[in-house]
Amino acid sequence: MTEWINVILQGVLIGGLYAMFAAGLSLIFGVMRLVNIAHGDFIVLAAYMALVTAAALGLNPIAAVVIVAPAMAALGYVLQRLLLNRTLGDDLLPPLLVTFGLSVIIQNGLLELFTADSRRLQAGAIEVASIPVVPGISIGVLPLLQFAVAVAVIGGMQFVFYRTALGRAFRATSDDQAVAQLMGLDNRHVFALGMALSLAVVGVAGVLIAVRTNFDPAIGPARLIFGFEAVIIGGLGSLWGTLFGGILLGVAQGIGAHVDPGWQMLAGHLAFLIVLAGRPEGLFPKIH
Amino acid sequence: MPGRARIVFMDRFGRIGLIVFLSALAALALAPYWASRQDLRLLAEIYAYVALASAWNLLAGYAGLVSVGQHAYVGLGGYLLFALTMFAGVSPLWAVPLVGILAAAVSIPVAALVFRLRGHYFAIGTWVVAEVFRLIAAQVSALGGGSGTSLPAGIVIAIATTRETREFLIYWTALALTVLVLGLIVGLLRSRYGLALTAIRDNEIAALSNGVGVRWVKFVVYVTTAFCTAMVGAVIFLQKLRVSPDAAFSINDWTAFVIFIAVIGGIGRIEGPIVGTAIFFLLRQSFADLGSLYLLMLGAVAILIMLKAPRGVWGLAADRFGLQIFPLQRRVAPKTGQDIKQDIRQEPSERTS
Repeated sequence: MTEWINVILQGVLIGGLYAMFAAGLSLIFGVMRLVNIAHGDFIVLAAYMALVTAAALGLNPIAAVVIVAPAMAALGYVLQRLLLNRTLGDDLLPPLLVTFGLSVIIQNGLLELFTADSRRLQAGAIEVASIPVVPGISIGVLPLLQFAVAVAVIGGMQFVFYRTALGRAFRATSDDQAVAQLMGLDNRHVFALGMALSLAVVGVAGVLIAVRTNFDPAIGPARLIFGFEAVIIGGLGSLWGTLFGGILLGVAQGIGAHVDPGWQMLAGHLAFLIVLAGRPEGLFPKIH
Repeated sequence: MPGRARIVFMDRFGRIGLIVFLSALAALALAPYWASRQDLRLLAEIYAYVALASAWNLLAGYAGLVSVGQHAYVGLGGYLLFALTMFAGVSPLWAVPLVGILAAAVSIPVAALVFRLRGHYFAIGTWVVAEVFRLIAAQVSALGGGSGTSLPAGIVIAIATTRETREFLIYWTALALTVLVLGLIVGLLRSRYGLALTAIRDNEIAALSNGVGVRWVKFVVYVTTAFCTAMVGAVIFLQKLRVSPDAAFSINDWTAFVIFIAVIGGIGRIEGPIVGTAIFFLLRQSFADLGSLYLLMLGAVAILIMLKAPRGVWGLAADRFGLQIFPLQRRVAPKTGQDIKQDIRQEPSERTS
């Protein structure tokens, strides 16, 4: 029994991370109807950035987030202004293919710079610290911290989206780009801010996976898929739904892995496919 | 009353183009008599990419179904070929069309699922499907699980007893398959579906409002593409004589390269993938030693073309000079005496109906 509780608990905690992958993806889709195929590769890029900054400045890897997140945000803004804005329009192909190209470029660029070796950041004592809840069940401090960060990030995004002027601009361009422009919004700038926020979240997520798991240049696409599945399970446009989607995915993977290690990923995908077959609008669709 | 014009597919350039194409085809069919073993392998690989890129182009360029998960069907094709020959005793060459039919059957429920995802999300959905296929393949211990398996010697010999004949047969199969795939696509585009597809390519909403059954057409295209892609996968792994999950479901080899070929050559035109494959292999022969840098460069070239010349290299040439090799575009031409005679003969029946 305690074994299963542990499995589910671990699943819930990793689900927070998946929700964070998903939140950035969901944000830019909401604002500009763009799906960034390179999203997962940006997460890996952020992880390598954390590796380099932590090594260069002698920082604790977790503290590297204060540099990585703003740097990723800046990259997002520039990328959107210089490249991605040019691809937006009625045609689906250009944004998909350009971000697909970016994905290949980032992966192979990282491969060229850092080789295919698996890396991991050492965060010190916090890695093994855990809080005993009841005998037999204890929660690792690091996973708990990561889950708390994920909830805080999603709460923060929810706040930005619904309570600030920037959020109003996001929602306005999302509803109707032409009218938003007539009201004096510069879409190019709003989109770039959206991408900046998305990649800032990616930056945080990248640092978190860098201290939690081994990473190499090829793991990006799987992170994109986890994020995407969390978005679809939770329901488009709902950030808290996305958090739930991430948790469901994490728990499904945990249960799968517990039954047979080869089934970890498959169980997650199956959960996604079942939701897609049964409730294609997701579990918590945004109500219009 | 029938008018004074008729619809033609061919123009003079098209006729010349087709003759050149057919003579090239004849020369390629005789390649076993003039090319070395290595060249034959390279040519077969080129055919595979022409077929894969043409199928992807039909899917994304015409039907607007941008899939980044076509490696699902390449891998499925490879694995089905091994399963059919090893467990059902089907002879390897006959297994190829059977693989196509089975993969088309698999693609029907898959389409039902991924068609629930709109636009961009469809793309990632197809990727999930490919992942699921790969993970399932890695679980099949009879086919070697995660490390894969080789085609048993007995089955290899069943193709032909000498290595030379075997390689010739596989080469001809690869060539025939690519001709079949191209023929199928040309046939589809010249049919009613072709008009519907061109309409969807140009403006989906307008097509819908003119009564095109967009969903059905897309479904037909998805299943046709799976049929073609899986057969190509079967021949690729028949040539390699070995299959493993990572090789069979490689996103770089069977999706990234294929997309780059179509983008560079020209999306939404049947000649695009052929031109793209030629450019891709020229680049590869010159720069493949660069390894990951080569891929990086290819990604950059694809982005540049997408931004600066979204119709690709062939699109640029064709737009400027009005070229087409395959007789697809419908043109209006004045009627000939023969047509008018035919019209007169047909007229009474038209009145009664």
